Amino acid sequence: MSVTRKERVVRICLVVLFTILCFFVLVPFYAVTISAFKPGEELIRYGLNLRFDLNVMSLDNFVYLFTGDHAYFTWFFNSLLLTVVQVVLTLLISATVAYGFSAYDFRGKNFLFICVLLIMMVPFEILLLPLYKLIFNIGLMNSYSAIVLPGIASAATIFFFRQYLSGLPKELIAAGRVDGATEYGIYVRLILPIMKPSFAAMAILNGMNSWNNFLWPFMVLSNEGKYTLPIGLKTLLTPYGNNYDLLIVGSFFSILPIFLLFIAFQKYFIDGMTAGAVKG
Amino acid sequence: MIKRFLYSQKVAPYVFVLPFVLVFAIFWVYPLLSSFQMSFQQITLGQDSSFVGLDNYSKLLTDTVFLKAVVNSAVYMVLTLVILIPFPMLFAVLINNRLMWGREFFKSSFFFPALTSVVVAGTIFRLMFGEMEGSLINSVLGLFGLEPVKFLKGQTTGFIALLSLATWRWTGVNMLYFLSGLKSIPDDYYEAASIDGASSFQKFTRITMPLLKPVTIYVLTISIYAGLAMFIESMMLWNGNNSPKNIGLTIVGYLYRQGIEKNNLGYAAAVGIVLLLITMIINLTQLAFTGLFKKED
Repeated sequence: MSVTRKERVVRICLVVLFTILCFFVLVPFYAVTISAFKPGEELIRYGLNLRFDLNVMSLDNFVYLFTGDHAYFTWFFNSLLLTVVQVVLTLLISATVAYGFSAYDFRGKNFLFICVLLIMMVPFEILLLPLYKLIFNIGLMNSYSAIVLPGIASAATIFFFRQYLSGLPKELIAAGRVDGATEYGIYVRLILPIMKPSFAAMAILNGMNSWNNFLWPFMVLSNEGKYTLPIGLKTLLTPYGNNYDLLIVGSFFSILPIFLLFIAFQKYFIDGMTAGAVKG
Repeated sequence: MIKRFLYSQKVAPYVFVLPFVLVFAIFWVYPLLSSFQMSFQQITLGQDSSFVGLDNYSKLLTDTVFLKAVVNSAVYMVLTLVILIPFPMLFAVLINNRLMWGREFFKSSFFFPALTSVVVAGTIFRLMFGEMEGSLINSVLGLFGLEPVKFLKGQTTGFIALLSLATWRWTGVNMLYFLSGLKSIPDDYYEAASIDGASSFQKFTRITMPLLKPVTIYVLTISIYAGLAMFIESMMLWNGNNSPKNIGLTIVGYLYRQGIEKNNLGYAAAVGIVLLLITMIINLTQLAFTGLFKKED
């Protein structure tokens, strides 16, 4: 189809508009990237800016990040470990629960599902103090279990998996029973393999949330050796410290993994993110 | 025998949903109830607590700092709604235009900010809105011959920084929500409207907006929640929970200050209950008005 003159004008306007908007979106990334190559004093003196000046830029911060005497990589690996554990547990448990909701009719099912939806509407923040008290009382302070456990049956993830499973033919389960599989055998051998594609979207979404999670881990963890990356970065930002070089190169380096993941698995990020918005 | 019982079709579903029941009971119901209970007590961690009735609540009513936090959270919520619903919707419709080029590239770029943690994003914005004339925003103002502004020291300018951060992080995500909603609108509707001679504007208000309603309700609901519960953005921007004259203090910030920083758990619990009530009332009213409770056809 040929494009008319008027349509060409519309196209140019659209592209120009989005290029300008895109510029505003990307400027902070540009600023943080070039600042990662600048000395910390420059940040303290001038703040974050866009000056590209090869005379002051160097790889010093990166050298410091990789060789310096600091806990950065401990935090990095803590985050990695915590993210993996959290994602694996959350996915397996939420999928199991979602299967229970979608495959069976049982007493109390509607009530329990309303509870799932309710969780999505109660601000988690109001539970901070009682949870803090609970964790304190059962002696789980400063432990990763305290961070992982409250989220393992994630309401949003259960909701997503249930939506996904609602399209599943019930005959499949019936056929499994005819073949003599137990209820759990059906789930493990027939259903879990089918759910694989939906795992990707939820793994990425949960992974992203876990990698970036801050407030609750911040309250629970008190030992610097156990800090995760966001908490570690936050502690670098003190009113007295001059850790700006490490802070900025560390921030840059903490966005990088998730950035690369995004570029590789774009579709899954977006699927996971928009799962709740359109009611199926 | 036990095995037979556990493996029966009647019991299996309960085994499947058991983890949720446990997590819900231990980490939601129990804390929620204990939050209510705590709000009627005077508590210091590790010491005996005492029952003080409605004291915490009556103190809250006259607490001007708390009032300031409520106003801040409410203003922030309203402004994020005003910015983060119409603009992303408009952008989604524009980017979805068949004449658009490089759609995937722009979609991804808009999404990038959502990948950053609040800690990193907050740090970046704190440094961009720094008070020195060399920092990003002030150097742009300088180009127009304007004096450097101490953004984080004033109420209005502080909120500008806060809202810029929110807009930067969430515009792309909300745009994606609307885009996924647009996908479910059949092209026929627009074709039929064209035949009837409808203008683009009419198509937008008569077809697009009504059919985007479910997505809009969803975005509205999560935005109300997120706006009222905002805390870390402010904490990062002001490098701690103390902003000059509390210009950046939010309800959760106050809860954190009273509960964790001052170890005044009972009073903080009351703050939490008030936040819960505000969120529920606003969201349920909103949902009742926008018609989620009406039976769908």
